[in-house]
Amino acid sequence: MSDVLAVAEQRDGALRKVSSEVVTGARRLADALAGRVEALVVAAGPVQRADQLGGFGADKVITLTNPAFARYAPEGYARVIADRARAGGYRAVLFAASAGGRDLAPRVAARLGVALAQDITDLAFEGGAVTVIHPVYAGKALLKLKLTATPAVVSLRPNVFTPVQRPKAGTGEIVAVDAAAGRVVVTDVKAAAAGALDVAEASIVISGGRGLKEPANFKVLEALAAAFGGRAAVGASRAVVDAGWRPHADQVGQTGKTVSPTLYIAVGISGAIQHLAGMRTSKVIVAINKDKDAPIFKVADYGVVGDLFEVVPKLTEEIKKLHG
Amino acid sequence: MKIAVCVKRVPDSETRVKIASDGKSLDEAGVKFILNPYDEFAVEEALRRKEQAGTGEVVVVSLGPAAAQETIRTALAMGADRGVLVEVDRVPIDGLEVAKALAAELKTGGYDLILFGKMAIDDYNHQVGPMVAELLDLPCVTAVAHLDVAGQRGTAEREIEGGVEIVEFPLPAVLTTDKGLNEPRYPALKGIMAAKKKPLLVKRAALGAGGLEVLGLTPPPQRKEGKVVGEGPAAVPELLRLLREEAKVL
Repeated sequence: MSDVLAVAEQRDGALRKVSSEVVTGARRLADALAGRVEALVVAAGPVQRADQLGGFGADKVITLTNPAFARYAPEGYARVIADRARAGGYRAVLFAASAGGRDLAPRVAARLGVALAQDITDLAFEGGAVTVIHPVYAGKALLKLKLTATPAVVSLRPNVFTPVQRPKAGTGEIVAVDAAAGRVVVTDVKAAAAGALDVAEASIVISGGRGLKEPANFKVLEALAAAFGGRAAVGASRAVVDAGWRPHADQVGQTGKTVSPTLYIAVGISGAIQHLAGMRTSKVIVAINKDKDAPIFKVADYGVVGDLFEVVPKLTEEIKKLHG
Repeated sequence: MKIAVCVKRVPDSETRVKIASDGKSLDEAGVKFILNPYDEFAVEEALRRKEQAGTGEVVVVSLGPAAAQETIRTALAMGADRGVLVEVDRVPIDGLEVAKALAAELKTGGYDLILFGKMAIDDYNHQVGPMVAELLDLPCVTAVAHLDVAGQRGTAEREIEGGVEIVEFPLPAVLTTDKGLNEPRYPALKGIMAAKKKPLLVKRAALGAGGLEVLGLTPPPQRKEGKVVGEGPAAVPELLRLLREEAKVL
């Protein structure tokens, strides 16, 4: 009872980046438990480079395959993962708190009849139990929880557990499983514009607020995002989402997404408490605002006071030089 | 169309969080409580489904303290028909315990749809809806941003990273609602008056101990005081130098 199951995530037969984060978290916990890490991939068939999870500390990579699993099949996935979790007798089962993981983890926990700590930002094994940090009130407070049931089921907030190379042999095993997709069927996936990153997963987020003045002006931020070469996503404040300028999927804040990028650039955002709640765990925050008294400057590491329509294009030009 | 909507009483999103003297919970003194914003989308969707069908019932169910009756009344004022409060002294952090009590209440209701907000803005648990679905063995789609229902089949859209999943499911089903699904209506004065007379049943519930123990609630670490690099575009080269050499993020 000291092994940890890390549920990896694939899309279209390729592993998603959060998988290495989950295995990294699992390795950390397994080291404290003196146990092994088993990474679990659920897919239609063998997944390219699944063995790479061995590089982040998985002792074994198990791929459960079934033709019904070409797309996410919530009921089928939940059943085979819960079965595996039961059979393996794990001390903990870890998911990514991605769109898929947040959907899947509660189903698996309910099937196992144990509690779930969702969207955690830290985990440890102390005093004989798994403990986690779970941000509440949109990050305005941190709840420290002890999971008293076994297995401890948790999902890890994306972008928080930086993948660490911990090479293990990482033996692979591919197991065809008998399973139906279930009653809930994903019939299609409409991809967003090519290369569009989700604000919750991008390593750089550039968000705009009312200071942009009108929706068309977001092209200024998109140009800056493009200058970062595919690593940046454009986010938005609640005010501009509510005004219909930007899709709600881009909203950062308490009623939108909580983000933890390496670099967060707030442009023309005053910094309402509910917005700060959604981005305060960013590693470095830059604020560009014409009002030097805007609350955003209180949380920003670096501030530039000025007209965003002058400052942002200059920044874009300089970033291009840097990457050029 | 008989629809249940599960709602939660939560602190307003503008609340400044103060930790109570037990070091484990929110100091509720002076805190304004509201209907969880994601649950408003669920209430609105239920009302629209009933209005379209021209017949049916929308039942609002909440697990919470006695004060959650106000939250239920807000949903009744929007237009729901009746309410049920599953009364507990305190909503536990373990979502599975909440789900068990709600599933027990919902089990015999004969609902075509059971709706939840995709998460509550206080505990960020993202789990009670799908857990209820598992306990009742019902199909479930979470974080629904678009919904079509025709007869006993539904099609939902849910946002995933870099795209949108189109999901088909049979009714009865459990759905959790995301922002973007609809524009919730504001309760009109007439609705507020009518809500006072609508039936609201209070049932006392005893929950299990659960599998999560709260060790502490703390403020997030303070960010260290930042600096204003300068004014206007002239500050950009220095900003870049700092991002490269001091913050080391570029």
